[in-house]
Amino acid sequence: MADKTPVLEMRAVDKSFGPIDVLHEISLRVHQGEVLCLLGDNGAGKSTLIKTLSGVHQPTRGEMLMDGKQVRFERPKDAQAMGIATVHQFGGTYPLMSVGRNFFVGAEPTKGIWPFKVFDREKANRIAVEAVQNFGITRITDGDRLVGGLSGGERQSLAIARAVHFGARVLILDEPTAALGVKQAAHVLRIVNEAKRRGLAVIFITHQVMHAMTVGDHFAVLIRGAIAADFRKGERTREEITDLMAGGETMADLEASIEGYMETHEGHPPASPTASA
Amino acid sequence: MTDKSANTNNRPAASSAAAPASTGFSIGGLFRHPAVGAFMGMVLVFIFFSIFGYDRNFLTAFGTSSWVNAASTIGIIAIPIGFLMIAGELDISIGAVVPAAKMAMAISVGYYGLPFVAGLLITFAIAGAIGWVNGTIVTRTNVPSLIVTLATLFSVSGLTLFLSLLLTDTTSQAMPSPPWAKWLFGDYHFWGLQSSVFWWLFITGALYYVLHHSPWGNWIFALGGDKESARNAGIPVNRLKIGLFVLASTAAALSGVCEAVLSNSATTTTNFALIFNTIIAVVIGGVLLTGGFGTVAGIFFGTATLAIVQQGIGYTPFDRNLSSLIIGVMLLIAVLMNDTIRKMATSMSTSKKK
Repeated sequence: MADKTPVLEMRAVDKSFGPIDVLHEISLRVHQGEVLCLLGDNGAGKSTLIKTLSGVHQPTRGEMLMDGKQVRFERPKDAQAMGIATVHQFGGTYPLMSVGRNFFVGAEPTKGIWPFKVFDREKANRIAVEAVQNFGITRITDGDRLVGGLSGGERQSLAIARAVHFGARVLILDEPTAALGVKQAAHVLRIVNEAKRRGLAVIFITHQVMHAMTVGDHFAVLIRGAIAADFRKGERTREEITDLMAGGETMADLEASIEGYMETHEGHPPASPTASA
Repeated sequence: MTDKSANTNNRPAASSAAAPASTGFSIGGLFRHPAVGAFMGMVLVFIFFSIFGYDRNFLTAFGTSSWVNAASTIGIIAIPIGFLMIAGELDISIGAVVPAAKMAMAISVGYYGLPFVAGLLITFAIAGAIGWVNGTIVTRTNVPSLIVTLATLFSVSGLTLFLSLLLTDTTSQAMPSPPWAKWLFGDYHFWGLQSSVFWWLFITGALYYVLHHSPWGNWIFALGGDKESARNAGIPVNRLKIGLFVLASTAAALSGVCEAVLSNSATTTTNFALIFNTIIAVVIGGVLLTGGFGTVAGIFFGTATLAIVQQGIGYTPFDRNLSSLIIGVMLLIAVLMNDTIRKMATSMSTSKKK
């Protein structure tokens, strides 16, 4: 696994908005058939990272590589063209449109001759239902059904099946289980596993450690825009990961620095700024 | 495909939520069609006025053409406005585009004596430009389109008045048109139907194709459903929106041209009533105020309903002013039905069979 070229790689990527640094030296790599879980609390820079990966933002410094070749995405479409698909919480599905129409938004199959090309409803419905059922969602049997009538998990699954159908190689899932119940979340996790089995590289963003541990092969914890820990499956326990996400690593750093100070200052702790003021 | 749908029907009632509704789906399915509410409204109103207007010739060719003609001038504009509302936008500047188009036509053809076709080109260029300005401002600034088009409504109506006085020194202008143009845009044909009626039917057919059968229709629904996702799916969101605004103002210009040719004259008066009429027609037609859902058939029936009430009241013994009351109540019912429409639509699970 390790000697293979990663599908997508970030090397020391920084992102700043004006004077504000949001991401510091992010290095990530995700391989084919692997799930990389990005863990982080709110405000850790997860969404900026996703947006950088999917071409909404451009890195300020550092480079991004696909299949070992350097790439630069000027807009989301560039990333999509390279096979990077982003699925947001409910994104990409339209409640008042049918399953078939949803599936093909922006890439409608047509039949007929040009100026009278019509949307091929039957073909769209057939392909959409097949694609979704192949992912194990057997409850969707009717392509005319409106997506608003589906459950949250089914909508997620539809969006993922859609991305896979349109040739995604890297699947970025932005908190796909955040708003879902236990059963629905399990549903989505099964879909993630299926995508992995099909050889996609999956980047799974979440703050639910349990969900991450169920499907993840590789984990990266993001704290204040930097990667605080990077480890493989089985190397950390759930408690350790939760601690990390809550800033445990920085707490440890702080303790270490205090100890170091005490050693060089004859056992006196550093003066507390509040006490001296 | 057939064996697949057979499968669907043989499934035990696993999808229990929709199961009770799916019995006898041929009728049930028909009733769940989104345009049915608008159609039933139209039928009810038509029966009502047929009964009370029978003695005063509501059902004669003359009575019918009076409401169909009225419907056509609204309907030509209502469907593009409906498209904008499905896409989550609104355009009220059409109230000024109609007189602007009429004056542009009358000034270029009637005052300067340009050929009729040149007048058409000028008129539609002006209307297209107004739509482009609306669309560009809305997409660039994200200011709600109600406010943007309110601004253009007043700007255009002011400009129309100013330019008319500047160029011709009058606010109303006579306009002769050649026989072919008269026939095409503003004559009375069989049963007293105006040319605009045929334009209305043509536009309904063409835009029905665009919304429900062409890929663009999918884009319009997606735009109104979720703009960000639509953009991510590769739909040229801004260009599509600008296009819809241009469509609305050119449709308004067509309606204006038809009126000007029919009456052989034009005035600068801003048509505020038309703004409300188009929006009412669209809403009675079942287009969701929140965007993302609506049908051309629904808008068509909504327009007819509105025209039947407004014109039909004159054929009944009732006071004419009551027509506004009826329309107000119907509008309220339609808006209250909005949520029901959405719920019914999302719970619809039986497939439409040929």
